[in-house]
Amino acid sequence: MSTQPFLTPQSEIAGAIAVALNIYALSAGADFGGGVWDLFAIGPRRDRQRELIANAIAPIWEANHVWLILVVVLLFTAFPPAFSRLMTLLHIPLTLMLLGIVLRGSAFTFRSYDSQRDRVQRRWGRIFAIASILTPLLLGVILGAIATGKLSAARLSNPASFAEVYVQPWLAPFPIGVGALALVLFALLAAVYLTVEAKDAALREDFRRRALWAGTAVAVVAAMNLYLARAHAPLVWSELTEGSLAMGFRIGAAISALGAMASLWLRRFRWARVAAAIEVSLILWGWALGQYPYLVPPDLTVDNSAAPPATLRLLAIALVAGLALLLPSLRYLFKVFKEGY
Amino acid sequence: MSNLLAARSQMAVSLAFHIVFAEVGIAMPLMMVIAEWRWMRTREHVYLELAKRWAKGTAILFAVGAVSGTVLSFELGLLWPEFMRFAGSIIGMPFSLEGFAFFTEAIFLGVYLYGWEKISPRAHLAAGAVVALSGVASGIFVVIANAWMNAPAGFRLIGGQPVDVNPIAAMANPGAFSQTLHMTIAAYASTAIAVGGIHAFVLLRQRKSLDERLVRFHRGALAVALSIGIPAAILQPLSGDLSARFVARIQPVKFAAMEGQFSSERGAPLRIGGWPSEVERRTRFAIEIPRALSLLAYDDANALVRGLEEFPRNDWPPVPVVHVSFQLMVALGTTMAIVATWAGVVVLRHKSFELSPNDRPLLLGLSIIAPFGFLATEAGWFTTEVGRQPWIIFGVLRTKEAVTPMPGLIVPFVVVSLLYCGLGAVVVWLLWRQIVKTTGDRTQVDRISSATTSRP
Ligand code: HDD
Ligand code: HEM
Ligand code: HEM
Repeated sequence: MSTQPFLTPQSEIAGAIAVALNIYALSAGADFGGGVWDLFAIGPRRDRQRELIANAIAPIWEANHVWLILVVVLLFTAFPPAFSRLMTLLHIPLTLMLLGIVLRGSAFTFRSYDSQRDRVQRRWGRIFAIASILTPLLLGVILGAIATGKLSAARLSNPASFAEVYVQPWLAPFPIGVGALALVLFALLAAVYLTVEAKDAALREDFRRRALWAGTAVAVVAAMNLYLARAHAPLVWSELTEGSLAMGFRIGAAISALGAMASLWLRRFRWARVAAAIEVSLILWGWALGQYPYLVPPDLTVDNSAAPPATLRLLAIALVAGLALLLPSLRYLFKVFKEGY
Repeated sequence: MSNLLAARSQMAVSLAFHIVFAEVGIAMPLMMVIAEWRWMRTREHVYLELAKRWAKGTAILFAVGAVSGTVLSFELGLLWPEFMRFAGSIIGMPFSLEGFAFFTEAIFLGVYLYGWEKISPRAHLAAGAVVALSGVASGIFVVIANAWMNAPAGFRLIGGQPVDVNPIAAMANPGAFSQTLHMTIAAYASTAIAVGGIHAFVLLRQRKSLDERLVRFHRGALAVALSIGIPAAILQPLSGDLSARFVARIQPVKFAAMEGQFSSERGAPLRIGGWPSEVERRTRFAIEIPRALSLLAYDDANALVRGLEEFPRNDWPPVPVVHVSFQLMVALGTTMAIVATWAGVVVLRHKSFELSPNDRPLLLGLSIIAPFGFLATEAGWFTTEVGRQPWIIFGVLRTKEAVTPMPGLIVPFVVVSLLYCGLGAVVVWLLWRQIVKTTGDRTQVDRISSATTSRP
């Protein structure tokens, strides 16, 4: 780890990026998860499940989506070389993820506003649901590829085959494992949130059952990922197992996972919501702190890719001012449309 | 197709697509707010219905605007990583501010679209006003970034790398004011003239079949649209004149290409139309107004206008594209301004923005110019962006040095183009079906407005 003070301007902005990513996972992640459950809507209450999902997502998904944009602009403003490297080497998965984002957002909106005929509805619904699965998968693949530490400058400067440079860093077991983890986590979040939002008991039970399934899947995939991390992401692995802080995160994540399952079992849905959110956050921060101070291992760190101080200072001011404006507005949005916030 | 050309084309397609939705996102909220405000003032039901109907169309357009904008933020890096590595720390600031403007926009749009029954009418109107303001703000921030590409400022260049970075000075670049002004007015002019044109067209075509209430509806819609469209379309050539003066000073080579001016000349003529030949180095078939160009650009009929010949050949932009798109924008803008003035005279005579269905020639004129604003916008951006070539940051970084090394860019270019063709077609189809076709059928209108109200 670096010998620098922990809180430098660049580490603060890096922290802000992680916070934005965290909120994106908790908010937009659940919107994607909703799409997963739309695809798997079955049983006698199929249409009502879909309706509940759509109503939960509709007023907020565009606002939730902006957290990703914030991540991107903060990254390219504060750490231009890191942004540039990621966008070059991960061109393919990023482009695929964008396709997912475009299709999810537009299909969802078209479905809400297109004719109410069933066939047309289903067509948009299918695209919406499939894009909702593709996008989190790719998001996870991208984060996983970063964690493997294979996105080095050398990859670009040495003459190598197309596949070696642009495909192998992400089309590998560990990134795919992280993709699967992101997908099941988002599905878990969505199901848990929906247990709180469902107005009648039968629907609530539907999503309780789904949440329990998703929680189990998370446990399996997470265990698999730990195994893969050991072989494929040495940096994250060593931090995870040896760094005491990161170890704490992992134990915390496991405890909150158990807490979420227990609360679901006992039908304490609000508790389950809190526990699942903590679980996801701790997993994310375990990864973020695990690779700190590296932004893009093996060589780009928070320090050596930081923008000049003048930019960082202004950005910090803009962030504080922007959040002062944003947080009350977000509170208002959730107050109008969601209960219990 | 070379990699560079594929990247440029993909960027052009993505931006040309996004800008339509961006303009709507800037101007529609204002029009909805005006309609709702009129309803609160007059209690005339048509205005409430109008606000709701427009809100419905805007929801579709806004979602497509949001996702296509997201694509752009990534494409800046996916296609131009060297540009972002160079410029990110200098010009990331307006993008970050834009991020917060998006937040307020998206949050209050959610409140506006889905909150009809959940909050008080005043709070609802206020939410609309916040959407309108943050839409303008996001447009202004991103155009500031673009103006910086035309007129880079706020850093010094040492060994090809920027030092002494000053993001505030970068935002206050010399191109920012005229470009943001022109773009903001363009958004209002394009959207309001298009919306007004559609309603004028319905009034004109279906005069006989419309019942009293629908006539009221379309007259009201036209009135709100004209209250923004008339001033915007009349102001736009004036602000364009300001832009042209800045281009003449900041980017003389782009200016020469726009005007098809090959040789440096005192008392240069204004060329209308014509085809500039890069080989023959002259512009043929143009109508020339003697000395007018010098007069317009420098307020002096004998001022020196620098021609393309003063600049190295490999610093020229593709002259015909720039000249023709500029001419196209000016022609469209002039037509819009003339029709808008005509409409203004009629409005003054009626002492009301509500035209009568008997103003048939004017309604026809308005229907014809409906698409002109959006076309002028595309033409204007082609002028600006193609005119900046071969530079991505004017005079600092060449486009070909900024492009990603990733081979095979033709694939994402084709995919993105197909995707956007598809999306565009669906959007047009949806709007057509819901907003234009149903207008003749009264029961449909009732159904739609009750459907909007009862949405959760
Ligand atoms: C409704 C749309 C519209 C209309 C009617 C006009 N323009 Fe325009 N123009 C734009 C929409 C636009 C634009 C799309 O918004 C541009 C592209 C970049 C920008 O900032 O604005 C633009 C750019 C642009 C530029 C280049 C700025 C630069 O490269 O930095 C000039 C010189 C003009 N315009 C001049 C005019 C003139 C003299 C007009 C007279 C009729 C005119 N425009 C009408
Ligand atoms: C939305 C309205 C816009 C349209 C329609 C538009 C249009 C275009 C076109 C046609 C090109 C290709 C030019 C060529 O290669 O010959 C281009 C390139 C580009 N534009 Fe824009 N532009 C818009 C706004 C912006 C803004 C606001 C920015 C940045 C802040 C921007 C950044 C770029 C970049 C980075 C390129 C690629 C590099 C280059 O070709 O020079 N554009 N745009
Ligand atoms: C390189 C250029 C550009 C980038 C990177 C960009 C980025 C974005 C992004 C990320 C969004 C989505 C925000 C959301 O989720 O709500 C968006 C929407 C928007 N953009 Fe752009 N944009 C560009 C060009 C422009 C231009 C030239 C304008 C206009 C003047 C503009 C105006 C808007 C507006 C008003 C919206 C919100 C309205 C809507 O979604 O329809 N943008 N843009």
